[in-house]
Amino acid sequence: MEDITKTFSKEELEELDKIIETEGKNPGGLIPLLEKAQGILGYIPISVQKRIAEKTGIPANRIYGVVTFYSFFTMESRARHRIQVCLGTACYVKGGKEIAEKIENDYGIKVGESTEDGRFTYERARCFGACGLAPVMVVDGKVYGKISVENVDEILSQYK
Amino acid sequence: MPGKTVADINNIKNAAQNENDAKKDLTKIYVHMGTCGIASGAIDVLTALRKEIKENSFKNAKVITTGCAGICSKEPIITVEVAGQEPIIYEDINAEKVAEIFQKHIMGKKVVKEYAFARGMEAQIKERIKNNGKIPGQTVVDDSIQGIEEIPFFKLQEQRVMRNRGIIDPNKIDDYIARDGYQGAIKALTSMNSEEIISEVLDSGLRGRGGAGFPTGLKWKFAAKEENEIKYVLCNADEGDPGAYMDRSVLESDPHSIIEGMIIAAKAIDSHMGYIYCRAEYPLAVETLNKAIKRARAYGLLGKDILGTGFEFDIEVYEGAGAFVCGEETALMRSIEGLRGNPRPKPPFPAHAGLWEKPTILNNVETLANIPQIIVKGSEWFSSIGTEKSKGTKVFSITGDINNVGCVEVPIGTTLNTIVNEIGGGVLEGKHYKAAQLGGPSGGCIPLQHIDVPVDYETLQEYGSIMGSGGLIVMCDDKSAVDIARFFMEFCKEEACGKCIPGREGTKQMLNILNKICGGKGSKDDIEKLEELGHVIQKTALCALCKTSANPVLSTLRYFRNEYEEAVSKN
Repeated sequence: MEDITKTFSKEELEELDKIIETEGKNPGGLIPLLEKAQGILGYIPISVQKRIAEKTGIPANRIYGVVTFYSFFTMESRARHRIQVCLGTACYVKGGKEIAEKIENDYGIKVGESTEDGRFTYERARCFGACGLAPVMVVDGKVYGKISVENVDEILSQYK
Repeated sequence: MPGKTVADINNIKNAAQNENDAKKDLTKIYVHMGTCGIASGAIDVLTALRKEIKENSFKNAKVITTGCAGICSKEPIITVEVAGQEPIIYEDINAEKVAEIFQKHIMGKKVVKEYAFARGMEAQIKERIKNNGKIPGQTVVDDSIQGIEEIPFFKLQEQRVMRNRGIIDPNKIDDYIARDGYQGAIKALTSMNSEEIISEVLDSGLRGRGGAGFPTGLKWKFAAKEENEIKYVLCNADEGDPGAYMDRSVLESDPHSIIEGMIIAAKAIDSHMGYIYCRAEYPLAVETLNKAIKRARAYGLLGKDILGTGFEFDIEVYEGAGAFVCGEETALMRSIEGLRGNPRPKPPFPAHAGLWEKPTILNNVETLANIPQIIVKGSEWFSSIGTEKSKGTKVFSITGDINNVGCVEVPIGTTLNTIVNEIGGGVLEGKHYKAAQLGGPSGGCIPLQHIDVPVDYETLQEYGSIMGSGGLIVMCDDKSAVDIARFFMEFCKEEACGKCIPGREGTKQMLNILNKICGGKGSKDDIEKLEELGHVIQKTALCALCKTSANPVLSTLRYFRNEYEEAVSKN
């Protein structure tokens, strides 16, 4: 297991401890705690899970169980930008699969992977509820609707 | 700040209505800013509009930002209402167009016909029909533009759950109060007891809108009977069915209707704490809900002594973390407890032992949004539309290969044909309707030969589909039925929580077979195996999600067996 103080800055860890302090007390506060922890650190590796376990008294295996159960959490650090290609039904019917395949081929990444230059992390998503704009791609939280294989590159070129 | 009283709320209502009258001379510009609107460029439109107003020192404008306008395929949409004139809805707007509309229409009072979509507003359709297509006091500006009451997409809808969409600012509680908001809660808290509320809901015939269709009043009755100091009211806003976004639209456009529904439910079962479980993929809905709850608290509508009635109830938003199975009620409760979202067998039912083993009711967003009006207008009003066994309206999000993609609310029992071909404007040019999938990964498809079926809980089931939560995806004959079945099975396999064997292994095996068939390597035996496995999963899986996971396969086998046979014919 990596040394947590080498992976994260002192400030980041202080912030993490503050969240553990406030959220850790709530019954059922584990998921909000993890959501906020990931918000600060970007991901939740084992070292962070252990720290949360030690400070809250929640067994580490339970924390690991939760982190691996929910797709929102990741144990790997993400690249600078996050691409989520929607493959909900409406997007699938409207060609979302072709968009996903294009990104996989052109950028040489599979689901959950990041490009070597640390620019993009690529994920498939279940549905953003923006079905009226299918097919949809979300980059860093911004929704791009009615996209096509032809304009994917143009959208992504804005993200360096 | 001391909590407000019932009289205060009524004063706010009157003041808000008077303010609307006082501002009659203003030009109102509605910018519709749901997720779809924003993704299509509504923020640029709003910015450009504000810039024009400022640069021209135009004092006579009131900009209102609302949630979804319903017809997503025309976004970004704005509605311009010059004082004394009919409102005009503009479609497919951008920054340049809004600048032009500002100069010509808002300043010059001349409609820009080129960009105009319709005359009038959705909330005024009934009044317009009554007055031969106009509203008294409003000048008709250009009757070559279609009136909104002439457009099937709007005309054939019945707005109840979505009655406030496109006209209120979801972030302004006064807007909601001005439209009789919180009157249901006031009535329930001041003049009704638990039994009266429950019998009103029971008599209305309202059934759960999340998919299963269980009578809402009955659920409440069971929980009310439980004697326990702690009970919970939960709202299921974990709209996980891909291709469905009705709940998102309600959450973003009219969040107070859900809060009000929950207050009434709390009074009915005597609960003092509620949670709204909202999926993380809906950041705008979460933000809107949190703002609404804060305002409701400031108004004394949530908290220790609601409106001075002595009743205590509060709500928190709980953000999900991306697991489809958490839409299942027992899994959702485990998730709020901070655990893996694994479902558990029932009984005990949540009404007896739910969240933290306390009596709990869980209602879907749309169900709760129906409650305030049932209390205000009565069960008879509610049950005046619908079918014998299914009362009221249902909201659908119609998507796929269809012209008018959007969120529509129709009386239950409306035929699929009306929804697809009239409201939806038919399939895209050059394509042919093949089937509509209802109920997403738990549902089934309705092919062309059955397009005239009335859409209600029982009839759809008879045809191998389900009402579901309201996702309605239209597919044309360029889509392979086998591939769609494979798509849904892949979804279920990935989202299965892994707790029960039929759910974990069964879906995996079915997906393997479907992949084999789609890859051209299937045999005739595989079709039989699929059917057999499907029936086993239906009978043996732990929770509804995997129990229904075989439905898309069985339904496509029922109607498009020839496609499966063709795919395996070479082997």
